[in-house]
Amino acid sequence: MAFEPREDQKELKYDELRIYSDEELNNYTEEELKNFKVKHDISMLEDLESGPWPSFIADAKRGALHRRKLADDRMLIERDVIEDMLGQLQISFKDGETHWKHGGIVGVFGYGGGVIGRYSDLPDKFPSIAHFHTMRVNQPASKFYHTDYLRSLCDLWEYRGSGMMNMHGSTGDIIFLGTFTEQLEPIFYDLTHILQQDLGGSGSNLRTPSCCIGRARCEWSCIDTQDMCYELTHYYQDELHRPAFPYKFKFKFDGCPNCCVASIARADMSYIGTWRDEIRIDQEAVKAYMGGEIAPNGGAHKGRDWGPFDIQKEVIDLCPTKCMWLEDGKLMIDNKECTRCMHCINVMPRALRPGEDTGVSILFGAKAPILEGAQMSLLTIPFMKCEPPYDNIKENVIEPLWDWWMEEGKNRERLGELIQRQGVSKLLEVLNIPPMPQMVKEPRSNPYIFWKEEDVPGGWKRKIEDYRARHAR
Amino acid sequence: MGLSTERLGLYNPEKPMENRITDLGPRHFWQYFPPIIQNNYGKWKYHEILEPGVLVHVSETGDKVFTIRVGGCRFMTVEHVREICEIADKHCDGYVRFTTRNNIEFMVDSQDKMEALKKDLQSRKHVSGSYKFPLGGTGAGVTNIVHTQGYIHCHTPATDASSMVKSVMDELFDYFQGMTLPAQLRVSMACCLNMCGAVHCSDIALLGYHRKPPIVDNEVMESVCEIPLVIAACPTAAISPTKTESGKKSVKIKEERCMFCGNCYTMCMALPLSDKEGDCVTVMAGGKVSNRISPPKFSKVIIPALPNNFPRFPEVCESVRRIIEAYAEGANKYERLGDWAERIGWEKFFEKCGLPFTEHLIDDYRLAYDTYRTTSQFKYTEAAWNVSKAVGGVE
Repeated sequence: MAFEPREDQKELKYDELRIYSDEELNNYTEEELKNFKVKHDISMLEDLESGPWPSFIADAKRGALHRRKLADDRMLIERDVIEDMLGQLQISFKDGETHWKHGGIVGVFGYGGGVIGRYSDLPDKFPSIAHFHTMRVNQPASKFYHTDYLRSLCDLWEYRGSGMMNMHGSTGDIIFLGTFTEQLEPIFYDLTHILQQDLGGSGSNLRTPSCCIGRARCEWSCIDTQDMCYELTHYYQDELHRPAFPYKFKFKFDGCPNCCVASIARADMSYIGTWRDEIRIDQEAVKAYMGGEIAPNGGAHKGRDWGPFDIQKEVIDLCPTKCMWLEDGKLMIDNKECTRCMHCINVMPRALRPGEDTGVSILFGAKAPILEGAQMSLLTIPFMKCEPPYDNIKENVIEPLWDWWMEEGKNRERLGELIQRQGVSKLLEVLNIPPMPQMVKEPRSNPYIFWKEEDVPGGWKRKIEDYRARHAR
Repeated sequence: MGLSTERLGLYNPEKPMENRITDLGPRHFWQYFPPIIQNNYGKWKYHEILEPGVLVHVSETGDKVFTIRVGGCRFMTVEHVREICEIADKHCDGYVRFTTRNNIEFMVDSQDKMEALKKDLQSRKHVSGSYKFPLGGTGAGVTNIVHTQGYIHCHTPATDASSMVKSVMDELFDYFQGMTLPAQLRVSMACCLNMCGAVHCSDIALLGYHRKPPIVDNEVMESVCEIPLVIAACPTAAISPTKTESGKKSVKIKEERCMFCGNCYTMCMALPLSDKEGDCVTVMAGGKVSNRISPPKFSKVIIPALPNNFPRFPEVCESVRRIIEAYAEGANKYERLGDWAERIGWEKFFEKCGLPFTEHLIDDYRLAYDTYRTTSQFKYTEAAWNVSKAVGGVE
């Protein structure tokens, strides 16, 4: 099978797109790098060059040296931008405080997001980072790349920006760190016209959706995470670029309950792949695990001697619902009792696989602590088939939900907080779904039910005279 | 058409809307899947970690893809990205992938290619000696730390991110390259409570935190901030309107009500909080996002404040190592840090990790009651005897 893009994808060839020649790209020697001194005092940062973990300072220094040796007309913002950033970082360490100013509204015409304004509060000392705006570039789903694309991005960003970036930001975008206001539109034009590439989200809008590796290279994914992520990102471009929401809104797509993109902790709408039929069992492979022929958990514990594999102790006894047992040397599963936690499948990937009748569970409302404390997503829709173009999800779930939140949500109120404020019953009403016990860990322990008048026989209208006719004052 | 080189490129500031293309979205993923991935999409049968950092996935078709996972910095220059491209061109037909946790994955379709790739990756070091592409981050070990911008680019941090991550990963490097723990252990780092990296469900979370109430910049308050919004932004209603002596509208802070969340500063630049002595690192532990065995959990605050000791954060590194060592020794196979702490009891967690339990760790915000222990079941530790002694219950 193959997935088709919504519009033809321009083939990008670095050799046709490039700005810098090979000589320019290889413009310093290792010896020069060893002897290179940044123009500011960065003694505290240099302490971070040693040790085995990749040093971002060592990397920044080579970026700085590379810039220093480019010709004047081969970059459109100041040459010193990396050196100045390092210089400011050193002062921030000394001061124990950041030196970036609060906010700054910049952007590209017609978009309310994708660019984050940033200015140094030490512009006299570090003029090249006086403006240091970020651009968020919407990454391809699950972050596979070809070098033709990446090299082209690098040339664009070195020429018109600082050459410093994040691969990737927390939400998933490629982050371009630091350019001047003048270059924002030119970068955007090159991205869209030449690289057929858009910016991501920021501000009170749909943030750049992200997904796990899915079926591209994982045997457990129950959904086409990349395709869902791509389709919904494209379908909701207006919501992504033009802030009209009370606050940010995140979609994240996990292919299975292992939750590798942490959708349950950080997405307002968490899509988690699951199945509703039976775990597939290969009894021969179960025997091989029991006989020690295959390392458990895909070899994840190879670094330590945990003794021989014990299926009873390591799988059956750890099953949270105790729905597994051995019978005549065969592993039996009572699938009706299974809650699909993935433990047994994780331990014995060659013997057990998720079922084949797959879909998504949808959960709502996760967020970090700002403001009323962290929330995880609430299990709301147990199972939903999801086939492209996912109209059932768009029409029956996303849009009614957004209508409610845009109508009722207060400024800077995340969906999870609105659900808390107005109650889960309101969420059910909005989605037109009945309640289920799966929505709660346990039923409420207080009887403070907000009964509605129509729930109670005879309604609420009563006369005190009638009451007094039965009861003396 | 190549990338433009004129000062303003394709953009004409005289006619800003001319030829503007919008709403393109991201590029399509399929073209970036190498052939081995395209051919076996949805057909993967199982995988195995061959050694730390090296995985093989086997397809129903019999195809195998070998993946080498290496640690990466979230912050990188174009020079580093170009080196990644050079490796991808040399070994992987130009394809490469990044993970959610800022690792880099190179994929090849045979064992021989994998061995050559591995050798190449291991040989690359920065001139100062650190690895550029350390293999690891798989299985029952510590993988890369996801983190936020810190002093490199953010206006609200209470600490720096990249430097703390570098320091902690140096400290935990053996765990990154080994698979010696009872289960995977996810460390995350956020520079302030905004947590643009969501760290609140991590095995170990490092969180920059302010500890001094905002300073009011009376001179500019009325001109740069919407005072009603600032007042409404405070979750504890600690902000109220006032007038300065010169008659300017401003706000005053009831300092004892401040919980230092910084939400007011997010709304208003005239209320800065950061402070060299006040800002600190809070350590949380025991969270997870996987549904495996037990449901996802929040991380709990276990160390209220460690100093922002730039650039190497020795106290943070030492504490994290101590927690991981206690976990490695005490937990059962497959048991995540939080599951271990719950099994032995949090009182034992503090004892085994050698961490003091202070009053800061007892919740006193909303819903605090949910965390109170309301049973006679507990274990005796030194902390318990100290209470008994204090009331004259024991000698």
